Amino acid sequence: MKKWQCVVCGFIYDEAEGWPEDGIAPGTAWEDVPEDWECPDCGVGKEDFEMIEIS
Amino acid sequence: MAEAVTDQAPVVIIGSGLAGYTLAREIRKRDASQPLMMITADDGASYSKPMLSTGFTKGKTADELVQADAGAMAEQLNMEIRTHTRVTGIDPGAHNVLIGDERLHYRQLVLAWGADVIRLPDAVSGSLAVSSINDLEDYRRFRQRLGGHRRVILLGAGLIGCEYANDLRNGGYDVTVVAPSEQVMPGLLPEVAASAVQAALEAEGVTFHLGVAAEAVREEGEAVQVHLNDGAMLQGDVVVSAVGLRPRTRLAADASLAVNQGILTDRLMATSVPDVYALGDCAEVEGHVLMYVMPLMASARALAATLTGEPTPVQWGAMPVVVKTPCCPVAVVPPELTEDGVWEAEREGNNVRAVYRSGTGALLGFALTGDRVIEKQALAREVPPVLTPSVAR
Ligand SMILES: Cc1cc2nc3c(=O)[nH]c(=O)nc-3n(C[C@H](O)[C@H](O)[C@H](O)COP(=O)(O)OP(=O)(O)OC[C@H]3O[C@@H](n4cnc5c(N)ncnc54)[C@H](O)[C@@H]3O)c2cc1C
Ligand SMILES: [Zn+2]
Repeated sequence: MKKWQCVVCGFIYDEAEGWPEDGIAPGTAWEDVPEDWECPDCGVGKEDFEMIEIS
Repeated sequence: MAEAVTDQAPVVIIGSGLAGYTLAREIRKRDASQPLMMITADDGASYSKPMLSTGFTKGKTADELVQADAGAMAEQLNMEIRTHTRVTGIDPGAHNVLIGDERLHYRQLVLAWGADVIRLPDAVSGSLAVSSINDLEDYRRFRQRLGGHRRVILLGAGLIGCEYANDLRNGGYDVTVVAPSEQVMPGLLPEVAASAVQAALEAEGVTFHLGVAAEAVREEGEAVQVHLNDGAMLQGDVVVSAVGLRPRTRLAADASLAVNQGILTDRLMATSVPDVYALGDCAEVEGHVLMYVMPLMASARALAATLTGEPTPVQWGAMPVVVKTPCCPVAVVPPELTEDGVWEAEREGNNVRAVYRSGTGALLGFALTGDRVIEKQALAREVPPVLTPSVAR
């Protein structure tokens, strides 16, 4: 399981935890996160920015 | 001194900010072997600059903001990185970068050296009590200086000033904001949205002195006095200046590159001289100086394609600016004001939806605050792009 960080605001998406508030189940790989999902902290879209793999 | 021009000369990137590193990463996705070199005046740590203004809210020290140090980045990107090295000049005719007496040959050069903070007159900015926070090193120093102090006086009520105000308040500091404008974020927000943000910050305990300017800052023992041009005097412990940024253009102008507000480029990010490109906060792309992350990411992707043999003009859609004031979030696409355009606003408490329409009713921009920010995506789709897709050649 990897972690990804939003380069705009630093938000960390942890694949192990998912993002249940937006219906993304724990264990969801980054590539399976819906394309229209937005960073919960700064609102940029998945396609508009890079999540950087941090571990 | 002259060195033979070979294809083995590196693509040289000056600057290790989001622009420099994003470009390097995008180039590596396309070309694993092209020699790459980065030269940076700082320590080369990779970090996300927008996080500087959420440090207290998220409880992050300078070290915790570092995503990777220069060594790790050099390895990951198969790139030489020269840290703590300040470029002092460019010789585009010879394809050389100057570092004091040293000359480095480049195949192509990318200026990604960012923007400088605007200084106030010496009576203010000359004081040692005044900090500006524009990079990770500044942030580290500011955190140290803040120590156990409580009272922060912030000069400037722009986007960054407001973000710092909210963040320092969340950190438990007493925050006073001083700015000559009559509203917060002038130039970015219409008055109705600005007053909502101000009201929300005031409800958090931030004090505003708008319509006045700081004239002088004096250190009085441990404390600091800020003298305003209306005769008032504020007492604080630490002063932060956040009065704006200006693209770094001097070295470019010295090398006869065309500059205006920023270093002028076309949509290929090419400057006025061959094989020299500019990217990020230092660039002015077809008249646009957009010192935000999204435009630089799009530019870096396009430039990486161009530098690896596939000339690609950058396209910028409508890119909403998000202001990280958690007490009253903001999303805004500042419109180009037209003669017959009007703002139409709905406001309920600090929740504002303001849209700017032309005489014919076309949506040209908007400003959303509070819980109305959820309409950002929907509205952004209606706004015309900043740089329209170029006409097919
Ligand atoms: C507090 C704050 C909050 C922000 N929040 C947001 C936000 O929420 N969303 C958003 O989109 N944008 C935000 N921004 C703007 C965004 O951070 C910048 O647009 C972006 O980081 C600029 O990156 P850059 O690489 O162009 O410049 P920089 O990050 O400034 O990098 C410049 C680099 O050039 C190097 N350098 C400079 N001169 C030389 C020289 N002569 N020789 C060698 N190296 C040199 C520096 O050492 C540095 O490594 C924020 C900015 C600030 C300050
Ligand atoms: Zn984000």
